[in-house]
Amino acid sequence: MEITNYLGLAAILFAIGAATVLLRRNAIVVFMGVELMLNATNLAFVTFARIHGDVTGQVLAFFVMVVAAAEVVVGLAIIITIFRSRRSASVDDVNLLHS
Amino acid sequence: MTASGAEAALFWVLAPLMVLAALGLLFARKAVHAAVCVMFVMVGLAILYVAQEAPFLGVVQVVVYTGAVMMLFLFVLMLVGVDAADSLTETIKGQRWAGVLLGLGLAVVLLGVVAQATFPPAVGLAEAEELTNPVALARVLLGDYVLAMEVVGVLLVTAALAGLVLTHRRRLSVRPTQRVLAAARVAGIEEGRSLTPLPAPGVYAQNNAMDTPALGPDGQPLPHSVPRVLRIRGQERSATAVLAEEETLVQRDDLRLIGVGPSSGRTAEPAGEGPEGPAGPTGSAGEDEDSDGEVR
Amino acid sequence: MTMQTLSLAPWLVATPMIGAAVLLLGGRRTDRWGHWLGVLASAATFVVGLVMLLDMLGTPAEERVAVHTVGTWIDSGPLHVDLGFQVDPLSLTFVMLVTFVGTLIHVYSVAYMDHDVDRRRFFGYLNLFVAAMLLLVLADSYLLLFVGWEGVGLASFLLIGFWDGRRENAVAGKKAFVMNRVGDMGLIVAMMLLLATFGSVSFADVLPAAGEGATAAGQATMTAIGLMLLLAACGKSAQLPLQAWLGDAMAGPTPVSALIHAATMVTAGVYLLVRSGPLLEAAPDAQLVVAIVGALTLLFGAVVGTAKDDIKKALAASTMSQIGYMMLAAGLGPVGYAFAIFHLLTHGFFKAGLFLGAGSVMHAMDDDVNMRRFGGLARLLPVTAITMGLGWLAILGVPPFSGFFSKDKIIEAAFVGEGWRPWVFGVTALLGAGITAYYMSRLFFMTFMGRRRWSDGGPGDDGAPVRHPHESPRLMTWPMIVLAVGSVGLGGVLAVGDRFVTWLEPVTGHAEHHEPVLPVWLLITLTLVLVALGILLAFRQFAMAAVPVTPPRANVLVRAARVDLHQDDVNEALVMRPGQYLTRALVYTDRAAVDGGWLGLAGGIGRLGARLRRLQNGYVRSYAATMLGGLGIVALVVWALAS
Repeated sequence: MEITNYLGLAAILFAIGAATVLLRRNAIVVFMGVELMLNATNLAFVTFARIHGDVTGQVLAFFVMVVAAAEVVVGLAIIITIFRSRRSASVDDVNLLHS
Repeated sequence: MTASGAEAALFWVLAPLMVLAALGLLFARKAVHAAVCVMFVMVGLAILYVAQEAPFLGVVQVVVYTGAVMMLFLFVLMLVGVDAADSLTETIKGQRWAGVLLGLGLAVVLLGVVAQATFPPAVGLAEAEELTNPVALARVLLGDYVLAMEVVGVLLVTAALAGLVLTHRRRLSVRPTQRVLAAARVAGIEEGRSLTPLPAPGVYAQNNAMDTPALGPDGQPLPHSVPRVLRIRGQERSATAVLAEEETLVQRDDLRLIGVGPSSGRTAEPAGEGPEGPAGPTGSAGEDEDSDGEVR
Repeated sequence: MTMQTLSLAPWLVATPMIGAAVLLLGGRRTDRWGHWLGVLASAATFVVGLVMLLDMLGTPAEERVAVHTVGTWIDSGPLHVDLGFQVDPLSLTFVMLVTFVGTLIHVYSVAYMDHDVDRRRFFGYLNLFVAAMLLLVLADSYLLLFVGWEGVGLASFLLIGFWDGRRENAVAGKKAFVMNRVGDMGLIVAMMLLLATFGSVSFADVLPAAGEGATAAGQATMTAIGLMLLLAACGKSAQLPLQAWLGDAMAGPTPVSALIHAATMVTAGVYLLVRSGPLLEAAPDAQLVVAIVGALTLLFGAVVGTAKDDIKKALAASTMSQIGYMMLAAGLGPVGYAFAIFHLLTHGFFKAGLFLGAGSVMHAMDDDVNMRRFGGLARLLPVTAITMGLGWLAILGVPPFSGFFSKDKIIEAAFVGEGWRPWVFGVTALLGAGITAYYMSRLFFMTFMGRRRWSDGGPGDDGAPVRHPHESPRLMTWPMIVLAVGSVGLGGVLAVGDRFVTWLEPVTGHAEHHEPVLPVWLLITLTLVLVALGILLAFRQFAMAAVPVTPPRANVLVRAARVDLHQDDVNEALVMRPGQYLTRALVYTDRAAVDGGWLGLAGGIGRLGARLRRLQNGYVRSYAATMLGGLGIVALVVWALAS
C-alpha cells in the first residue's frame, strides 16, 4: 500500500468536515466539522513527516492540536453565551448583521 | 517505501470505518450521535498516528481530543439540551446545493491534487527517531520551536481566561443575605408556605425512593414530601400501595425464619405494631429542591 | 483749485451717505426728526458743493480739472484702481444740479410725504439716492463710477417700489431694476474691454489714450466699447431699446419721479457718454449709433407723450424725449457735449418743477392722475399753475425761457455736418420740438384750462368724482417757485457769451464753431413756428373745445401711443418669451441630460447595491460557502497557471 493513501483519507475527511460546516445548522455540530477538518490536516502532517523523514511535521500537528484546544474553549464559550441570550444553538439565528 | 502488509490491513479496515463515521457527523440528526461519530474518527486517527511512527501524537490525540475536547463538546451539548434534534430542512435558499456541490468539489480537487502530485520516495522516520519518537519530537519542539511553544502557552492561558470571561454571568441584583432569606421565609407563611424545610420523602422498610410520600403523625401521606416535579409529572407513588406491598412481604414465610413472622410462636399483630413505625419525616435538615424554589 | 477745497470732495458723497445711514439704521427713534435730517444732509452737501464751485470759479480754466485721491482701492496684479474723486467743471455741474434740485425735492417731500408712516425711510432712500448719484459723477474711474451707478439703481428700485403694499408698484420697481441690469451688463463689458485694451479703468489713463487705443486695438474694439457704453447709458437713461421702465417708474411717490427725471438716474447715461467723449470720438460708428438712438427716442417719447392721459406718465414720456435730445447732442461729438449738459441742466430745473407741480396737482386732487378729470384748476391752484406754466414755456423752448437756449442749440448742432446726417437729425429734432409743444401744451391746458371735469359736490356734475382742490402748503410751493425761477432765468444767464460752453471746455475740449446747413435765423424761426403750431393745435383741442372724460376712439397711432407704442409687447415678444423658452429648454436639458445621467448612474448603482445586498443575508453558512467557493476559484486559477 502506498503511504499517500493516508493523504487521500485526509482529503476525504477534510471535505466531509467542510460539507458539515456548510450544511448543518447546529452550532456545535458545525464546530465539530471544523474539528474534523483540523484533524484531517493533522493526519496529512503526520503522513508528510513520515514521507520526508522529518519530525517537524509531527511538531506542527502538535501545535495544531494545542491551538484547536484553545479554539474549542473560546468557541464553546461563545456558543454558550449565544445560547443563553437567544435560547438557540442554530447558527442561522445569529443573523443580526444582515441588511 | 510502502507500508507493511499489517499496516495496509489496518488502514483498509480503519479508513472506511472512519469515513463512515465522518459521514455520520454529516447526517446524524442528533448532535450526540454526531459527537460519538467524531470520537470514533478521532480514536481511529490516533491509531493511524501510532501506525505512522508517531506514537506520541497518537497518545496526545486520545488525551486531548477524545479525552478533553470531545468531553467538552458533550458537556456543552448537555448544557444546551441534549434532546434538541437538529432539523434537517434547509432554510437558506440554495445553501444545500451549494454545500453539497462545494463539498464534493473540494473532495475532488483535494484528491486530484494528491493523485497528481509526485511525492519523493518515502524516507520513513526510523532515522529521525533514532532514540524514541518523544525524544525526537522534544528536540525539535524545545529546540527550533521553543519560542512558538512559549507563545502557544500564552495562547492557552488567554483562551482559558476568555472562556471564563465569556461564560461569566454578571449578577444583576444584590446577593441576598441570610437575614433577607429568613425574612422572606417568614413572610411566605401567610401565602401558605412552610417556615420549616419541606418534609423528606417517606422511608419504609423496603422503600425510601423520592417518589414515595412520607406519612404524617396522623398516618396520612404528606404530598409535600414528594418533589414537585414528580408530582406534576404524575410519577409519585401512592403511600397506601407501598404499605400494601410491604404488608404482603410481612406475610411471607421467610420473614418467619428470622422470628418476626406470624408463625414464630408469638401472636404478632403486625398491623398494630405498625409498619408506620419508621414513617414520618425523619427530620433531616437537608433542603429539598422545592424549598429552594420557594425562597426564590 | 486749492487743496483744501479739493479735499472736501469725499464729503460730497459722505454727507448724504451718513444721512442715509442714520435714517435707515436709526430705526423708529429717528421718526420725529428724520426728515429734517435728510433735508439737512442734502443742503449741507449743496453748501459743500457751492464752496467748491466758488473756489473753482476763482481758478484759471486750465487748472480746473483735478483728482483727489483718497487711497488705493484695488491693487491686484495688473489692475490698480484708486479711490479717487474727479473734480472738474462737468462733475461740479452735476454736483450743483443734484444737490440743489435734490435739496428742493427733499424740502418738498417733507410736506408731500407728511402723512406717510414711512417718511423717515423715504428720506433715507432719498439721501442714498443723492449719495449714489454724487459718487457716480465724482468717480475718477469707471469702476468707482459703477459703484455709484449700482447705488443709483438700488435707490431707484427702493423708491419706485416704495409703496410696495400694492403689487403694481413692486412690479414697477422690479422692472426698473431688471432693465437697468441689462444696461449694467453693458457697462461691465465695456470696463472689461477697457481693461483689456488700455490696462486701466481710470479716466486719467483711458480717456487721453483713446486715440492711440483706436489705432492699437483696432476700430472694432473701440466700436464695441462705444456700443457697450451706449447700452449702459440706454439702461439708465431710458433710451431705446431699454426705455420701458421709465413709464412704470411713475409708481413711486411724485418727488421720486422728480428726482429720477430731473437730477439723478436718467441723467447718468448722458453723463457717462459725455464723460467718455474721447472714447466715442475714437469710434465714429458707435457715435453715430448714439445719435440715432437719441433721435429715435426723442420721437418715441414725444409720440407717447401726446397720447397719455396720466399726468405723470405724460411727463415721463417727455423726459424720455428730452433725454433723447441730450443723447442726440452727445452723439454729435464735441459740438454737442456742452449743449447736452446744458440742456440737461435746464431740463433738470424745469422738469423738476413740472413734476413737483404735478405732485401738487395730485395733492389737490386726491392723488388722481387722470388729466381727463382735471381742468380749470388755474384759479384754484394759482402758484402751481404759474410755476408749472413757466416750466411749460421753458420746456417748449419759448424765448427767453431757459429751454430756448439749450434746446435750440441742440437743434442747431443737429443741423451741422455733411451728407444726410444733418438733415435727418436736424429735421427729427425740429419735429420733436413741435410735438413737444403739442403734448406739453395738451398737458397744461387739460389740467389748468377749460371747464372743470370734476365735481365740487354741487349739483349737475353727474358721475364726476368729487374733489376739493386747494393750494399746497408752503413747504411744497416754495421749492416749485425756486425751480420756476431757475426755469426762467438759468438758460439765459448761462447762455450769455457762451458762458456755460466755456465753463465746460476743460472737460469737453474746445469745439470749433461750424455753420449749420441752414442759416441759424431760419432754424430759430422754424422752431418757433412749429412750437407755435403745436400750442395752437393743443389750445384748440383742449382749451377751447370740451375734453371728453373718456378717451375717444382714435386712430392707430394714438392707440399705439396710449400703450407706449407696444413697448412691453415688443420686449415680451423679443426678449422675455425667447428667454423663457431658452431657460425652459436649458432646465429641461439639465434635468434630462445632466441630472438624468447622473441620477441614472446613481440609481443604477443603487439598484446594483440592492441586488448585491441580498448576498449579505447574515447567515454564517452562506458566508462560509462563499469563502469556500472563492477558495475553489483561487485553487483552480493557481492550478491552471501552474499546469
